[in-house]
Amino acid sequence: MPPEAKRPSSPNPADLLLSLAGITKKFGPLIANDAIDLDVHRGEIVALLGENGAGKTTLMNILFGHYVADDGVVLVAGENGDMVPLEPGAPQAAIDAGIGMVHQHFTLADNLTGLDNIVLGTEPVLRLWRDKATPRRKLNALMAESGLKVDLDQPVHRLTVGEKQRVEILKALYRNARLLVLDEPTAVLTPQEADSLFATLRQLAQGGLAVIIIAHKLAEVLAVSHRIAVLRGGAKVGEISTADADRRSIAELMVGRDVPVSRRSAKTPGKPVLQLEHVTIDRGDARRSLIDASLTAHEGEILGIAGVSGNGQSALAQLIAGLERPDRGTVRIFGETITDFDARKFSRNGIARIPEDRHHDGVIGAMSVAENIAIEDIHSTDLQHFGFLKFDAIRNRAQTAIAGYDVRCPSPDAPARLLSGGNIQKLILARVLEKSPNLILANQPSRGLDVGAQAEVHRRLLDARDRGAAVILISEDLDELLMLSDRIAVIHSGHVSETLPTDDINRSELGLMMAGHSRHSPDNGPAPEGTTA
Amino acid sequence: MEILDILLSANFWAASIRIATPLIFGVLGALICERAGVLNLGIEGIFTAGAMAGWMAVWLGAGLWGGVAVAALAGAFFGMIHAILTVPLGLSQHVSGIGVTLLATSMSYFTYRTALPNVSSPPRITPFQPLDIPFLSDMPFLGTALFSQTALTMLALFLVGATAWVLYRTPLGLAIRAVGDNPSSVEAQGLSVYGLRIGAIVVGSSIMALGGAFLTMSAFDAFFFGMINGRGWVCIALTVFASWRPGKALIGALLFGAFDAFQVRLQTEVGSFLPSQVYLMMPYLLSIAALIVVARKADYPKAMLTPWFKGQR
Repeated sequence: MPPEAKRPSSPNPADLLLSLAGITKKFGPLIANDAIDLDVHRGEIVALLGENGAGKTTLMNILFGHYVADDGVVLVAGENGDMVPLEPGAPQAAIDAGIGMVHQHFTLADNLTGLDNIVLGTEPVLRLWRDKATPRRKLNALMAESGLKVDLDQPVHRLTVGEKQRVEILKALYRNARLLVLDEPTAVLTPQEADSLFATLRQLAQGGLAVIIIAHKLAEVLAVSHRIAVLRGGAKVGEISTADADRRSIAELMVGRDVPVSRRSAKTPGKPVLQLEHVTIDRGDARRSLIDASLTAHEGEILGIAGVSGNGQSALAQLIAGLERPDRGTVRIFGETITDFDARKFSRNGIARIPEDRHHDGVIGAMSVAENIAIEDIHSTDLQHFGFLKFDAIRNRAQTAIAGYDVRCPSPDAPARLLSGGNIQKLILARVLEKSPNLILANQPSRGLDVGAQAEVHRRLLDARDRGAAVILISEDLDELLMLSDRIAVIHSGHVSETLPTDDINRSELGLMMAGHSRHSPDNGPAPEGTTA
Repeated sequence: MEILDILLSANFWAASIRIATPLIFGVLGALICERAGVLNLGIEGIFTAGAMAGWMAVWLGAGLWGGVAVAALAGAFFGMIHAILTVPLGLSQHVSGIGVTLLATSMSYFTYRTALPNVSSPPRITPFQPLDIPFLSDMPFLGTALFSQTALTMLALFLVGATAWVLYRTPLGLAIRAVGDNPSSVEAQGLSVYGLRIGAIVVGSSIMALGGAFLTMSAFDAFFFGMINGRGWVCIALTVFASWRPGKALIGALLFGAFDAFQVRLQTEVGSFLPSQVYLMMPYLLSIAALIVVARKADYPKAMLTPWFKGQR
């Protein structure tokens, strides 16, 4: 872990920049924010920590004027240092007050260049020409100062996720932000990119910028912040200086209970379930292709696929789900060569998938929870008869699943889109695991989930493995991979590395392989633990 | 070679540009709306309303340019209806657009019939006359093909440049392109998504209405039922063909105009061994063929058809 950020000598009240007082926001019966107080000073990095649904994002949306609080005020330091209330519900007021926000889902127009995205809205709208030279000069200076390097003339859709995030931060800095709010900034970054982001943030904070970072990964919060505020169920349940914090106690503060830690037990893998032999799916671009990939997943083991997203994982996942046919190579299921790539047939063969984008590919938002649970099995005579649905059977199955997997939803008839990300994932787990599949393809199964829901996903996957299923776990989270997998392969630019037993491999070695270094190559030997790229 | 003779004659090109003019207005209008993220299927009705309103104003005694202004206002009015339904209320852009087409068409016919209950042939006005620009209009070929068009055609050509300039060279255009791709990017920068979209639809619709006005005030001199004859729909297709770029919109409209002018001449030259309907179909068939080639790779404004609500990310 990188060394702890230096804590500024206890914050000076004169440096107070932002003060949230008694912020309360209700959505119907749900209290998203319950009388939250929070102070932020210049040069300070405050982490806002909490599970999904704890109210972090709501709070920041109130700060930024996307929502209007039902009660409470937001005070910002004015010109002369007095705290003045911020006009509620007006993003422009927040921008003018020097608040910049980097949303989890970037607010960039993909068809415009980085420069255009940054300049958007800063020029007088009705001017008949544009001045690109002045912004470019200012941005070059900003980039040099902060170490945020981006090619400003590329259309945003050509940039990597890390670069897009840098554009977002530059956007805020360009507008002279005094306070930068980052919502889950590392969710999409590689460990190395995350480290470099943290270094930048620390540098910016030293220059006097205040930072609020919304997070749920403890290690990161401990690494980067000066102070940690913990939210649970919409209320602030604790606030500690990072120097005094320890991992376990914060985690408990966050979830309000002991966090169970998955531990895999030793187990001898059984016979091969899925074999890929020299499989190639050529999509032109190496990062979206699969090139000469060979893999074997056995019964009773979790095979981890490490890699930064966008390195061929989607091609691999599509292939295993039967959605894509290989251009070359052989795919065997239980030793039998597959010639007919058809998702339904794969599903009947006991291959279940937990898709990467659970909102988009995992559920049909407009359909009910019960229908979403039934949907993969809809051809079975348990659920239909001569093409007519058996509503009672569907409902019963849903109720069992909801109870068994603790899916929190208003009712089985509620549309699935109303569920939080964690509960959608539980719904998908219920659907997938109830069929006792032979092979589970879990693509980023815990991404974006809070600690409690993550632990639940991990436990379920380990249970499935112990029951004898093969699990292919595609993940970017190295801790998760090292904790769950029996063996790990790394995917980079469409190439899948040899599979290594988890016990023979360490974190930094994996990180380097994910960045494209081959294992044991003479120039790039494994870096010692704790170094950052 | 008869065909070559046709293609080389200045008259053929004059006709092509004339036929293309209403389409240029229409594509530009549709393109502005769609760049902001809203499909405007009200275009066919807005054409009708512009044709009716402009002509009626002149018939009632307004000057020609007064008629043009009235047509633009009529377009803005129906654009505003579409904008309110689709932007703040977030209704289906398809349904609202078709509704506007039906409403605007019916209202135009209704007004026409109410004002002129008993006429069998509509009264004529004195339309825009071909320009006679010293020197330019006397040039060989170009003088006939381009510089003897009417002022409205010149306005259409000017608007191509103006739209391109605004979209690519001004802060406003930047914001319009952004709002059609990701409205959240615009909101996060403190601009009004609703303001931009409503503004784009209203302005786009008034430009569409000029296409209608051209028909009754320049190409012809009276208003007829059914005279728009699907030109609005052609513009929707041409917008895709143009990849939402004003320059390509001009090319698309000219191409269509040329096909149309060509088929008329072909009919007289080649004769009637084919039914005339086959010739009439030609520009549409060729448009479909061109679309198939181009539109398969079409890169739609990403937020098009998706309503956006405040506070949503």
